[in-house]
Amino acid sequence: MRANRTLEIGTGLFVLLGFAALLFLTTQLPASGVKFGAPRAGYHVSAEFDNIGDLKVGAPVTMAGVHVGEVEGIRFDSKNYKAVVSLRVDPQYKQIPEDSYASIQTQGLLGGKYIGISPGGLDSYLKDGSRIEQTQSAIVLESLINKFFANYSSKGSGDSQGQGADNQSKVESRK
Amino acid sequence: MNPRGGNGFILEGVRRLGAVTIFLVWLLLASVPALGRPRLLVHQVYNAGARSLIIIMLSGLFVGMVLGLQAFNLLQRFGSEEALGTAAALGLLKELSPVITALLFAGRAGTALTSEIGLMRATDQLTAMEIMAVDPLRHVAAPRFLGGVVAMPLLTVIFSVIGLYGAQLIGVQLMGVDKGVFWSQMQGSVGLHDVSEGVVKSLVFGVACSLIAVHEGYHAEPTAEGVGLATTRTVVASSVITLLLDYVLTAVFL
Repeated sequence: MRANRTLEIGTGLFVLLGFAALLFLTTQLPASGVKFGAPRAGYHVSAEFDNIGDLKVGAPVTMAGVHVGEVEGIRFDSKNYKAVVSLRVDPQYKQIPEDSYASIQTQGLLGGKYIGISPGGLDSYLKDGSRIEQTQSAIVLESLINKFFANYSSKGSGDSQGQGADNQSKVESRK
Repeated sequence: MNPRGGNGFILEGVRRLGAVTIFLVWLLLASVPALGRPRLLVHQVYNAGARSLIIIMLSGLFVGMVLGLQAFNLLQRFGSEEALGTAAALGLLKELSPVITALLFAGRAGTALTSEIGLMRATDQLTAMEIMAVDPLRHVAAPRFLGGVVAMPLLTVIFSVIGLYGAQLIGVQLMGVDKGVFWSQMQGSVGLHDVSEGVVKSLVFGVACSLIAVHEGYHAEPTAEGVGLATTRTVVASSVITLLLDYVLTAVFL
């Protein structure tokens, strides 16, 4: 009977551990899953962006490159058509000026997005629930490349086709 | 061994494949009534699963840590260390956990199954059961087979979680990848289908490895040497079949 008991307890523990692991993998890994764990300490600040690129929940918030918090939630404001990002700032960074500037930046060339805060000059500081007014959207690499090529090709065609026009204007300017 | 040379070798391979397949059908038929005796099943889940836990967890930790180091080193060259979480999670869930767990299972639990059943065969215990009209397939083979099939996916997901912890340990604590980035990138690119791919793989490996182990033991030559040979064959066949099936399953899932 004694040996039977330890066997059953061992099996029970093993199965429990297995299902706990499965639960962890299915709920914690996919972004849509439920999040467990106590909320982290800190205060919450929100910021509105025109475009957040592929900023994700959990992305770091930095000041001067130092990790000061993380992105806690992203939602879409259907009135202003803007993305509202809520940030959790670690409690020890209490003195961030209210007119600070939040921008979405990219880590490395292919890396994920993060939010960089550049300090403003006011003496009043951000507190729980306040909003960062000045923001800069994510730079989407594709649109940047598009813009560059659009510029480039219009310049190129202008050079080859607009030769005559160019001469004309030169002539005109001589007059 | 076989006087007919090359041809006989192929024929012997085909014969063995057929024997295993037929044995699988018998085993499945015997598994249904075996489910009605949960105590036997629990005992085998304990033997195959709970007692493999330490080796699985230790291996998972080190595999995860190595993966963290290697992936970090590789990703750093492209300036995208943030993808470490993704690389580690996908690598572990889809490939490393099912395969390494199956290989360890073959070595740790498969050999135990084969030698146990083989010794029962060698000491005529199985014959004695048959004489007493007790079906050894139902009472000896099927519970061990089912125990292995149940234990393998559980061991695999435990391996995955411990491995992720190991990768996180190296990536975040040692190499300084941001913890939030590590997890958010991982969550952004790992879907439920990746988790289920690993679980399906491990189920298939569980069936294959348990089947081979039980079959080799059940049909072992009833001598000390025969049991030893059967145990060796279990490890070799399980490992090769696992890697072969892994390729097939990966191709199917992609």
